[in-house]
Amino acid sequence: MTAEPTTAPRPDTGSGGAPPTPASARKNRVRKLSGADLVVVTLMTVIPTLFVLVLIWFPAIASVLLSFTNWNGIGPLNQIKGIGFTNYVNVATNYPPFWPALRHNLTFLAVLFLIATPIGMFLAVLLDKEMRFSRFYQTAIYLPVVLSLALVGFIWQLIYSRDQGLLNAVLHTQVDWYGDPNYNLWAALVATSWRHIGYIMLLYLAGLKAVDGSLREAAAIDGATEVQTFFRIVFPVMRPINVIVLVVTVIESLRAFDLVWVINKGRNGLELIATLVTANVVGEASRIGFGSAMATIMLLISSVFVVAYVSNVMREERRK
Amino acid sequence: MTTTLSPDARVKRAPGRRIVLHVFLWIVALSWLFPLGWAVLNSFRDYAYTAINGYVSFGGFTLQNYVNAWRQGDFGLHFWNSAVITVPAVVITLFLASCMAFVLARFSFRFNLALLGVFLAANLLPPQALLVPVYRMFRAVSLPDWLSSSGSLLNNQLGVILVNIAFQLGFCTFVLSNYMKTIPAEIYESARVDGASVTRQFFQLTLPLCRPPLAALATLQVTWIYNEFFWATVLLQSGDKFPITSSLNSLQGQFFTDYNLLSAGSVLAMLPVLVIFFALQRQFVSGLTLGSTKG
Repeated sequence: MTAEPTTAPRPDTGSGGAPPTPASARKNRVRKLSGADLVVVTLMTVIPTLFVLVLIWFPAIASVLLSFTNWNGIGPLNQIKGIGFTNYVNVATNYPPFWPALRHNLTFLAVLFLIATPIGMFLAVLLDKEMRFSRFYQTAIYLPVVLSLALVGFIWQLIYSRDQGLLNAVLHTQVDWYGDPNYNLWAALVATSWRHIGYIMLLYLAGLKAVDGSLREAAAIDGATEVQTFFRIVFPVMRPINVIVLVVTVIESLRAFDLVWVINKGRNGLELIATLVTANVVGEASRIGFGSAMATIMLLISSVFVVAYVSNVMREERRK
Repeated sequence: MTTTLSPDARVKRAPGRRIVLHVFLWIVALSWLFPLGWAVLNSFRDYAYTAINGYVSFGGFTLQNYVNAWRQGDFGLHFWNSAVITVPAVVITLFLASCMAFVLARFSFRFNLALLGVFLAANLLPPQALLVPVYRMFRAVSLPDWLSSSGSLLNNQLGVILVNIAFQLGFCTFVLSNYMKTIPAEIYESARVDGASVTRQFFQLTLPLCRPPLAALATLQVTWIYNEFFWATVLLQSGDKFPITSSLNSLQGQFFTDYNLLSAGSVLAMLPVLVIFFALQRQFVSGLTLGSTKG
């Protein structure tokens, strides 16, 4: 599904709530707990943590480990043999869909990042003013955000279909927009952007509202144009939002899976790493080690951004 | 010279500029609504009519597509399946996230920050990368018949619920713990002096105070889990267990696709989220942006 848009917070420093408790005051509070309370607190921590460890971290590590083995998914676990980087070598040299899939993933990232995200930001800037119909404009643009990407795929089928699609009727062409490998990646990108732009607009609208108005006034008094004010002052001040938008964009482009899967299960010009992994695991020929090698590559790509993002958040948390 | 003139110039230019802006925004807004409107419009049209006259025509209105889609797509069953997955997943996610957030915000363990990192990063990993082990693990778990007709967590809605909970916990914990940190510590101190146990503090102090973020997160989570496609599709193999989002594929024929029927199915499938969107728009939007700005 959609990237779980992990919008993550900026710390509430001075947001009008109570000042953050100084670390010193919180220290040792655990020791004051009675026996029963300690049990409750432990349960409150352990159960959610187990969910995350067992269903996310363990599988993530297992994927990495399995990628170095020859396991076919059927034999008993004790017959697993390590085979070094063989799976990776096979993926890179012996598996034709891999490089196109990687290229498609990067195209998704590039288009979302360089085109869709700036459009979303631009619309947010236009709409961040008191004006008539503003609510209507906003609602129309972020309406697609509530729809699943799978549904987005279906909705656009009416426009892209070869025989009955609107696009061919208007252009007097006979193109199968979802099927033709020359076009289908772009068709999918338009449909994804339709949803992504609204999402980004929403995030930036929230970000712009939080920007202190006096900053703009000061800039206006100094004779800065609106464009200058935005790029030199407003944009840098929105750094926390920019980080979130970057992460959301990267994660969305890695997870473009849903849309592509409903179109044609990621074949014929729409290969993505995620669809290859899925096809290799769930499909008839399940090649576990092989699929895991691609899964690990996916993890590696996303971990660069995840680490950057999480350490950014933790740094701000620690500052409190 | 120009700077002194500019305020005047701006006032004079303003009406023209505003009209251009509005025209532009109307065009954008209408073109954004168009794909959706097109689907809704054609869902009410007879396939035979549009096949002959083309879609760029007018007429052939009918409700039959909805009747057929409901019957062929077995929507009653799949709506039920969606509810069976979504409701428990959202309730458990919010409860466990509140517990975790409470501990993170209220007590200072040495691992506090590290734990937050563990939860947050987990939320961002691409699900497909975890598929192999989760799939095998679920297949290996044997369950008694009353819990699972398939005998394991695979091909079982319980498995989908568990994965959804794990994936959503990070985001909810993060948002909630940030909110809980703004609750003054003095409130807890006086509760403690009055002899309130941690359980009572949690249920009678923290949770009631967290109503706003919980409402926003609940709205958002219902939408997300209802929309969840990947795990439901790969973990449930028999079509009769699919939630709506994964079951739409069955309306798509292998050789022939009736797009009007498909539109009707899509409109039916999006009804719940559209209702949520219009009824609880403020909750939805604040849920999405809750994390990203203060308050």
